Amino acid sequence: MSSDTKSSSPTETVLKTENASVYYGNFRALQGISLDIPKQQITALIGPSGCGKSTLLRCYNRLNDLVKGFRVEGKISYHGQDLYAPEIDPVELRRRIGMVFQKPNPFPKSIYDNIAFGPRLVGYKGDMDDLVERSLKQSALWDEVKDKLKQNGAALSGGQQQRLCIARAIAVQPDVILMDEPCSALDPISTLRIEDLLQELKQHYTIIIVTHNMQQASRVSDMTAFFNVEMTEKGGRVGHLVEYSETQRIFQSPTEKSTQEYVSGRFG
Amino acid sequence: MSAATGNPSSAISQRSATSKTLDTGFILLTRIFAAGVGILLLWIAIIVGIQAIPAIQTFGLGFITSSTWNPVKDIYGAWPHVYGTLVSASIALLLALPVGVGVALFLSEDFLPARIQNILVFVLELLAAIPSVVYGFWGIVVLIPTMRYVGGLLNRTLGWLPLFALPPGQTEVTGPGMHVAGVVLAIMILPIIAAISRDALISVAPELRQAALGLGATRWETILKIMLPAASSGIVGGTMLALGRALGETMAVTMVIGNAKAASTSVLLPASTIASLLANEFAEADGLQLSSLMYTALILFGLTLLVNVLAEVIVRRFRQI
Repeated sequence: MSSDTKSSSPTETVLKTENASVYYGNFRALQGISLDIPKQQITALIGPSGCGKSTLLRCYNRLNDLVKGFRVEGKISYHGQDLYAPEIDPVELRRRIGMVFQKPNPFPKSIYDNIAFGPRLVGYKGDMDDLVERSLKQSALWDEVKDKLKQNGAALSGGQQQRLCIARAIAVQPDVILMDEPCSALDPISTLRIEDLLQELKQHYTIIIVTHNMQQASRVSDMTAFFNVEMTEKGGRVGHLVEYSETQRIFQSPTEKSTQEYVSGRFG
Repeated sequence: MSAATGNPSSAISQRSATSKTLDTGFILLTRIFAAGVGILLLWIAIIVGIQAIPAIQTFGLGFITSSTWNPVKDIYGAWPHVYGTLVSASIALLLALPVGVGVALFLSEDFLPARIQNILVFVLELLAAIPSVVYGFWGIVVLIPTMRYVGGLLNRTLGWLPLFALPPGQTEVTGPGMHVAGVVLAIMILPIIAAISRDALISVAPELRQAALGLGATRWETILKIMLPAASSGIVGGTMLALGRALGETMAVTMVIGNAKAASTSVLLPASTIASLLANEFAEADGLQLSSLMYTALILFGLTLLVNVLAEVIVRRFRQI
């Protein structure tokens, strides 16, 4: 590492979360989260339902802005820039931080147009055919669809649709890809294909993946953050970060007892 | 077989005979009702068709393109009315479609607080329930004076277009005419287009909107490139339904169109539609005139059928793309 590296950690931090709390109206969904996402690694967010891991994920591309009453306290920064500063344009931000959703959601357009959608928005000047091919190759879908690019994306199988959605996210050449339980609607074989794909994508992209599947987290990720829910005095539920470390450490020798219980399948 | 599991072979046929008869009877009843709808349609078509036979035999297909309507000499042709029907419906569609889709968009996005939005949607649906004679009356009182002014303005600025021309010697737009009918129809079909388009827009999967926004689309890019195309089959369906209504609308049109039996290119002149012709002449007609009216009714029937079939085809095509 070069001498100008700010911290002692081996890799650069892409997204830095400092004591962030998230509210929907009066409801506090997340409390006091501090978490650094390293560059070109896969970070898994795990934890029981309702612990706010998807909420945190959607803070990173400001998709939560669409929810009425949503607000963040504390600080989330992207390459040192405050994500929630007034001068940040969420539209511009989302072009750098792509997202793959839980349910495959291709547009009801052709495979080609699905991928070209993002680049066309920014007025991509290069060879669109080439970009579509590269994106599909990167998402390991090219061989299956190269002869039917004009076909409707919704006609593909679930696993293919999800890879199409990954290709669509890649096509805008983002810096970070957020994945919200990308395999939860897929069969085991499609899931494995996507997991293999993640290993290749991490050469170019920083990936954050929310998953309910602990084997998946242990198989694919470099870092793992374990979230849990706790009851507040008023009877509400609020999510918080229990432990964040290298994946191996979380799964083999976690510091916290609740982490140990969760990863060994004793609750959640 | 153990006693705990019961006796499956006897458990299967334990329903009473009455219950079974009721089931069979109910199925029969629904079949009769379903067939009734088809029979009713066919019956109307046959009666109108039979009554139209003398006119069909006298004038043939030339009836559609002939412009004479002369009860004294007993010569009839439907062209001015077919033309008036098509043009007034087209004007209505041209005006109502953009506004209707715009209203639908406005009421499907979260521009307004939910409560105000709900009230507006209710008002929109109420608009569709106003009886057409009320629209016609309102057309006479409010729209004719307004459109006389607007028509005059169109004639002065765009009078070189045949569409807005006036015959030589006439300098002012008289009250009723095609343009008034077009606007009244537009107002009448606007709530249909808006309500159905809104339903189509709010039923687009929210995941698609999120996907577009997640790729860095702005709200307008999301609306124009994702929401509207995804809702297009519903919007086209609603538009065709509205067109069907515009083609057949009688009362309001009869009150404001001027009922002139001539097909003029200018929309600023009085005209008439098939429906207004029927409303005006049916009570006093007999013989060949009555038969000719039946013939025009048959043409209108055919036109609306065509529109509905077309709508079905278009909706299916949109669903595939």
